[in-house]
Amino acid sequence: MASVVTAPARPGSWVQERIFLGMTFPQYLRSLWTPFNVVCTAILAVGIPVLVYRFVAGLGATTNLSQTQPWGLWIGFDMMTGIALAAGGFTIGATVEIFGLDEYHSIERPAILTGFLGYMMAVIGLIADLGKPWNMIGIFSNNGTQSVLFEVAWCVCCYTTVLLLEFAVPFFEWLGWERFYRPLKKALLGLTVLSVMFSTMHQSALGSLFIIAPGKLHPLWYSSQIFLFFFISAVIAGICMVIVESTLSHRLFSEQFEGHHVDVDKLTLGLAKAGAVVMFAYFFLKLQGVIDNHALGLIGMGFYGKWFLVEMLGFVLLPSLMFAWGARNRHVTVVRVAAILGVSGIVLNRLNVSLVAYNYHQSVRYWPSWMEVSVSLALVVIGVLAFRWIVNRMPVLRPMKSNAGEH
Amino acid sequence: MKLGRRTFLQIAGATGTAALVALPGRSRAASDVHAVGADESSVLVDTTKCIGCRGCEAACAEANKLPDPPGDDKAYAATRTTGPECFTVVNPTPKADGSTRYVKRQCMHCVEPACASACPVRALDKLATGPVAYDGSKCMGCRYCMVACPFSVPKYEYSKAIPVVRKCTFCSGRQAEGKQPACVGVCPSGALAYGTRGQLVEEARRRVYGNPDKYLPHIYGEHEAGGTNWMYVSDLSFEKLGFEVAVNDNSYPKLVRGALGVPPVVMTLWPPLLMGLWAFSHRDGKNKPHGTDHGAGKADGGNHG
Repeated sequence: MASVVTAPARPGSWVQERIFLGMTFPQYLRSLWTPFNVVCTAILAVGIPVLVYRFVAGLGATTNLSQTQPWGLWIGFDMMTGIALAAGGFTIGATVEIFGLDEYHSIERPAILTGFLGYMMAVIGLIADLGKPWNMIGIFSNNGTQSVLFEVAWCVCCYTTVLLLEFAVPFFEWLGWERFYRPLKKALLGLTVLSVMFSTMHQSALGSLFIIAPGKLHPLWYSSQIFLFFFISAVIAGICMVIVESTLSHRLFSEQFEGHHVDVDKLTLGLAKAGAVVMFAYFFLKLQGVIDNHALGLIGMGFYGKWFLVEMLGFVLLPSLMFAWGARNRHVTVVRVAAILGVSGIVLNRLNVSLVAYNYHQSVRYWPSWMEVSVSLALVVIGVLAFRWIVNRMPVLRPMKSNAGEH
Repeated sequence: MKLGRRTFLQIAGATGTAALVALPGRSRAASDVHAVGADESSVLVDTTKCIGCRGCEAACAEANKLPDPPGDDKAYAATRTTGPECFTVVNPTPKADGSTRYVKRQCMHCVEPACASACPVRALDKLATGPVAYDGSKCMGCRYCMVACPFSVPKYEYSKAIPVVRKCTFCSGRQAEGKQPACVGVCPSGALAYGTRGQLVEEARRRVYGNPDKYLPHIYGEHEAGGTNWMYVSDLSFEKLGFEVAVNDNSYPKLVRGALGVPPVVMTLWPPLLMGLWAFSHRDGKNKPHGTDHGAGKADGGNHG
């Protein structure tokens, strides 16, 4: 603890060790000169000025939104898709803390971090999209309880706070503030229960948003039980994202795993079993929803009928079978490809519901402007960079280096 | 406990009979005699009486401080929709006999408005007197009202840096002073009738059923979206006139009631259920509870002390 308190007085030690990864400042700057960083900088150099311009010039100058298309890429991708892909935090949290599958420990913190950053980016995307974001405060005072969006707003707000508290454990460990992270670690079970509760509500409610627009969403995607589909597919998204993210992490940050072995392949196969079952159930539940909506005859008919088949067969049934086959034959590569398909399938589903199959009968269709795309891309890049910055420093993928305080 | 079989059957029979007698009577009363929102102010539009003078457009623009509507040549060149600077439009539809029908469109002011139920900050709210009112100072600009409205009425000021939603106000301010809405006040042909919804449903039925050769047997807005405060009678099908004919006959806010019932169940059931699962998975001999000695921090124990 002493090293933390005196840190500002001795920048050469603590800052150099904890911020610049043990390098001097010039060394650190030179180490940043990589092709990946150049690409990221280019995306940010476009996206961030556009984000500022949007607040100066308004939505009309930056987006292709119209009177018939009030929601575009920033809601369809940043919010709808971002929140679904960030579901790994509560999925793995529940697996470890509640179901007691301790072997998944090593991927719990990265999953929570991915979730936290995903929600932060989704909220920034939402703020960009709102006409008067400062009036969001009215959510807490105006009692709009008849609105599904009221539920989404409350739950996203509460759950982002829970994720912040969960992430605070490695953050305070990094700072060495034991007084803060000890009690938070003890509260982790309670926080996990809250995270499952809030996630159940808002992951499903994001789907319920469309229940009030039966004439606008294509009958193959519209369902009065859409909240069930959104919740279950969020669990699928969580499982698939954790497989993809842990695979990438263990390749890109291999130096983090020195001295503590994590059998990622074994965890991946375990997750694949869960993924296979949930996706298989989801496939038939969706089919049931279509029948319930009297839309069975529309499957395969016209563009939307075929597009629905692409989503359901190529991005739900196929990865489900690949998960099952891969888990049974211990073929990790097949599982990883299936996870990538699964993640793509969730992206596809959220974009289909909010953009493609929405307004299906309108003659003039929405297509995002380059400025909308640039902001969405910039938010993804910020999330990736923040993830990298944090895992390189804080005890997320690895335990806190025990000698860190001795420098 | 002393309830004999005979008594039971008597009670059951009496209750059943009462229910049979009471239920149809009550449901007839609800759907026929008293229309929903019977005391709310409403307008009945008779499209057969509209002469297409567009005086309503001009009066609306003046009352709401909007730009002047376009001249006839421009206005009737193509079908127009309402917009952020235009709360009502009159569109022509040619009839088979060579004549033209004109239809005035504006916010329908639903009895149970989808937009107001969708608004999470209650910037849109249904007034007890009838109008669906909007308070821009509360609006956060989520545009969920635009997604929810089955008539695509709310319009957004995309061109402004600090935008609000715009739509017909039903002149709620004028109505509060006891005046008619501006459009109704200037209508020279009697196409717009202003009154309570109860009266106007009666009047619409009188016209439709009194002149079956003239009118189609459909009062648009009587049941659409669960009932609207603006209603229409016509001699040309509402589909041809450009109305949203796919609109549900049920109240739109009711569609989400089931989904909104989920949170209380989840909030009540999930914590005990999850704690039960935790207790089960951490019972003796299974996993050790790992509350304090948890996660990636396992290896760091005490080193920062």
